[in-house]
Amino acid sequence: MTSVPEPLDVRFRTAAASSGFLDVAYNLLDSPLGTLLVAASPRGLCRVAYDPEPERQAEELATRFGLRVLRAPLDEPRRQLDEYFERRRRSFELPLDLAGVGPFPRRVLEQLAQVPYGEVTTYGRLAAQAERPRAARAVGTVMNRNPMPIVLPCHRVVGSTGKLVGYGGGLDRKERLLRLEGALL
Amino acid sequence: MMEAVSVPPFERFYETWSGEILAFLRRRLGPAEAEDAFQETFLRALRGYGRLEHGRELRAWAYTIAARVVVDAHRRRRPAGEPVEGAAVDARPAYAEIEHLAGDLPPTERAAVVLRYGYDLSYEDIGAALGSNAVAARQAASSGIRRLRRKELR
Repeated sequence: MTSVPEPLDVRFRTAAASSGFLDVAYNLLDSPLGTLLVAASPRGLCRVAYDPEPERQAEELATRFGLRVLRAPLDEPRRQLDEYFERRRRSFELPLDLAGVGPFPRRVLEQLAQVPYGEVTTYGRLAAQAERPRAARAVGTVMNRNPMPIVLPCHRVVGSTGKLVGYGGGLDRKERLLRLEGALL
Repeated sequence: MMEAVSVPPFERFYETWSGEILAFLRRRLGPAEAEDAFQETFLRALRGYGRLEHGRELRAWAYTIAARVVVDAHRRRRPAGEPVEGAAVDARPAYAEIEHLAGDLPPTERAAVVLRYGYDLSYEDIGAALGSNAVAARQAASSGIRRLRRKELR
């Protein structure tokens, strides 16, 4: 069985990414929190995932965004995430694609995007900002299903008593992110 | 009744068939030219991928695209102005003609006929494209041709 030499493989994936024919490009990035799967559609970043299972996630991305899903270079998200982890960046400047996210989660995620670096908010406060003041629990669910953790900073949302409560990527990662931003001492 | 096979993400299609298609292109074009042809083949496949209706015969589909790229590469290689032997100037390329004629054949026979008579692939390569072998490929091609003749007589 012939395998494709790496330079040729990289050349194709790079050409595919700039061809305009991909529905989604995804890649695996190393980070201090472990390997991340990052994906973008032509409209913007559409996924950040901890502990990637690329095959399953490619299927899921294909279902949501279209079959033309390929592992390909994602230079700009990679650069910005690297800078964030090196404390050289406090906010992301990436277009986001929230296709398939329902109206309420979308409102919540839009509010979440406004929470500044190094600060925290609560589930209740986010619920109020999304005009559903009694929906703190539903906000928790939205955080848990956040399609782009780190970039949409659900790690900055804590319980009303200041307890970290929970995190899709595990509490340990939430704590490390808050520490990185100087929100926890 | 054949079971519906859904089309996998392009990544899986590429990972599954890229090595084999590269080997095929190297055999047909030599190692240097095969690299451009490889890129061209999978870019063409990517372009058409969203229009696939099912995931059957993806291998034969990949070979068909690769074979077309080989024909194009040969054509470019030929010095300008030199006529193609035995071909009318404005004739459609052989593969277009055959693909049109074979359109109604059962899938395996169609692929075998198109790859053999449209692209001049060997039965070994066609067998590979169909996931079988040279003998089965020869059988499929000849039963496809018989079927086409019967249709013509009717």
